[in-house]
Amino acid sequence: MSTASVPLPNWITYGLMPLLNLLVAFFISGLVVWWIGEDPIAALKLLIEGSLGRGDAIGFTLFYATSFIFTGLSVAVAFHAGLFNIGSEGQAYLGGLGAALVALALDHYVPWYVTMPFAVIGAALFGAAWAFIPAWLQAKRGSHIVITTIMFNFIGAALMVYLLVNVLIVPGKMAPETRTFLPGGQLPKLDWLMAWFGLKLGPAPFNVSFLIALVMAFLVWVLIWRTKLGYEMRTLGISPSAAVYAGIPYGRTVIIAMLISGGLAGMMALNPVMGASARLQVEFVGGAGFVGIAVSLMGRSHPLGIVLAALLFGILYQGGADLSFEMPNITREMIVVIQGLVILFAGALEYMFRPAMVHLYQRLRRA
Amino acid sequence: MSQHPAIELVGIDKSFGAVHANKNINLKVEKGTIHGIIGENGAGKSTLMSIIYGFYQADRGEIRIDGKPLTIRDSQAAIAAGIGMVHQHFMLVENFTVLENIMLGAEGGQLLARGASGARRELKRLETDYGLDVDPDALIEDLPVGKQQRVEILKALYRSADILILDEPTGVLTPAEADHLFKVLKVLRDQGKTVILITHKLREIMAITDEVSVMRRGEMVATRKTADTTVEELAELMVGRRVLLRVEKGEAKPGEVRLSVKNLTVKDSRGVTMVDNVSFDVREGEIVGIAGVAGNGQSELLEAIAGIRKPAAGEILLDGQPIANADPARLRALGLAHIPEDRHHMGLVLKFSEYENAVLGYHRDSRYGQAGFLDLKAMQAEAVEKIAKYDIRPPNPLLKTANFSGGNQQKIVVAREIERDPRALIIGQPTRGVDIGAIEFIHRRIVDMRDAGKAVLLVSVELDEIRSLSDRILVMFAGKVVGEKTADAGEQTLGLMMAGIAA
Repeated sequence: MSTASVPLPNWITYGLMPLLNLLVAFFISGLVVWWIGEDPIAALKLLIEGSLGRGDAIGFTLFYATSFIFTGLSVAVAFHAGLFNIGSEGQAYLGGLGAALVALALDHYVPWYVTMPFAVIGAALFGAAWAFIPAWLQAKRGSHIVITTIMFNFIGAALMVYLLVNVLIVPGKMAPETRTFLPGGQLPKLDWLMAWFGLKLGPAPFNVSFLIALVMAFLVWVLIWRTKLGYEMRTLGISPSAAVYAGIPYGRTVIIAMLISGGLAGMMALNPVMGASARLQVEFVGGAGFVGIAVSLMGRSHPLGIVLAALLFGILYQGGADLSFEMPNITREMIVVIQGLVILFAGALEYMFRPAMVHLYQRLRRA
Repeated sequence: MSQHPAIELVGIDKSFGAVHANKNINLKVEKGTIHGIIGENGAGKSTLMSIIYGFYQADRGEIRIDGKPLTIRDSQAAIAAGIGMVHQHFMLVENFTVLENIMLGAEGGQLLARGASGARRELKRLETDYGLDVDPDALIEDLPVGKQQRVEILKALYRSADILILDEPTGVLTPAEADHLFKVLKVLRDQGKTVILITHKLREIMAITDEVSVMRRGEMVATRKTADTTVEELAELMVGRRVLLRVEKGEAKPGEVRLSVKNLTVKDSRGVTMVDNVSFDVREGEIVGIAGVAGNGQSELLEAIAGIRKPAAGEILLDGQPIANADPARLRALGLAHIPEDRHHMGLVLKFSEYENAVLGYHRDSRYGQAGFLDLKAMQAEAVEKIAKYDIRPPNPLLKTANFSGGNQQKIVVAREIERDPRALIIGQPTRGVDIGAIEFIHRRIVDMRDAGKAVLLVSVELDEIRSLSDRILVMFAGKVVGEKTADAGEQTLGLMMAGIAA
């Protein structure tokens, strides 16, 4: 027995410890910044201001966060069923195809709010379809889902480049992208939401898909903790042998969990494709699928945690971009280092301070 | 000059967080004696032994070996102090020979050959001195469990242990093997070695020890001369109240055949035949017990009936209906409940709340929610009822299952399976790792099921449990049913059958 089984109150486990981890990550990042000859406090100030200081900064932060919520949820749903879906990146990429096809088909005829539900379904269907093959291989053939989903990221990327270069490209144009969607195929910005808080969105592409992401976060919570399917997924994820004993069908549960996971990843495409650029472009996912793994890890696979972690990563993305612009010494790569440190401390080393916490908590309680 | 005790513990105290595992333990073990330590699961026996063997450090207190205070920082230090440990789960390399296992960690130099010849000589001497004969060149995986245990003992003696600690040594042995072990232990004692025997089996304590110490909830509550105590007194000391050691039950009134197994053959994942052409019936209103040493096919038999393992051949009938290919969900719907052998592995999801486990396997039932949703209120209300009826402690359906004691965890499983009012009940190791108080309760429930006209199939490696609960006893050996006896069959007869000697 060790301290691992000693219960701590939730406010320590879910509040204090992540905060402590985050502080340590920032402290070490500060040391790195100091080491390359910049002022860590000034850098932190730039990071915060660049991500939260102005209306458009907040808009960009929330725009990134939206993508991370989708991919974080995607990873979390699979994770609850004991599956490590590394393929959210590729599933999101294919999801973009589904969303774009709907937008291209409908934007001439109907307003955006008619297109939107079909686009959500289209994006989810294509993402789910891309997750189905690895899921089926895992369920029926035992091919490891980590390996197959990684490989499907590459296959997906190649497929999308082929489609954009050879099929979807506008004739006579050089750029491998579809035509620009008409307003009927775009998701409007949320300037009214920002206006509530007296903020101006400016050029930031913060759009309706943020609200879709929040709805999905709620639905994932319902799925995991309030439905029988979620119960079966959790049983399978925690104890495959107990799932067998309980008569929970392995193959079916694996496939359904992966379809939902892939669908959520696919929906991520709504944000950049229909909410920002209004066209399908090469490599629009830009690593959001992989960030989703970190977001899910840091958010403890809980939708609320995922939303908060996605906001944090949105801040790091947007603030980091601003920072590297203002302090040329701090390159894009440095920002990646800082993000890596956050993942390391908040995700991988999440229990580092636990033993110390347990001792401290018990001493305080005894006193 | 009075002799120092072989080992003396003074004021040993150990906490794991909020759990106070050992409270101010004092213990004296005299040289050349066999000293028993008994207590329920979680009483702190294993923690105490781990402290002696250097796995844990005590928070307070002193260990004196031969009168000298000693800090035991790790198992190396324990070995150097002459302490040897035989673990419940053997620490042997399966595909090494006996000699290689004994030399492991004490090779005596970079080149094996020289150490090996010395070890072989020493082994020969130990064998003749203590009657511990094993072939030094046999592979461990080819040896029966009893002999593997001898290798463990030899390992300790080879490292010149004077104090030998055995943790639940008879759990995996046939009665005959256990008897042989006891003979060996007596020889060891007579040659001046000191033996500490940790067990929860009162009978063993009475049979072999000179002195016995009882632990309860982290405290050493009593030490007695074995000759001056009784099983009843020890049981009461262990539990803290009077316990009924015998199961009170009336005559069985068997009715129609309910569960029928015909020519069943089951293979494990490697394709090895584990259940070999087994046939038997279980009638309503009777308990059929399957006795056998662990690993003789009982687990696979249970899993095949429960729909977890597909049989290779043969039939299983429930009320005349073939069920050999039904999955566990379908079997539950047909009224076959299953209390699995290993609650941690199968019966429970330890990270779930109690109320979530209280529906495991029955969660699809409409009473726990309509249209695919879970009705948490209904689940929790039912959990609260079962907690009250089965006296599950602490009475909190929201508590994580891992935080219940073994006995209470088992009650969660038993309550779930029995309260569904099944037609037939198959049970594996119902009281493994369960404290005496809960054993009494669980046995009572099983007998109640029989009296309510259910067909009960019971598998247990505890021969006492089989004998006290069953109306008929089948003995399994090497995958076959080697014989059937009535409940009054003698322990010796059954023991011989379990060892595959007599039918």
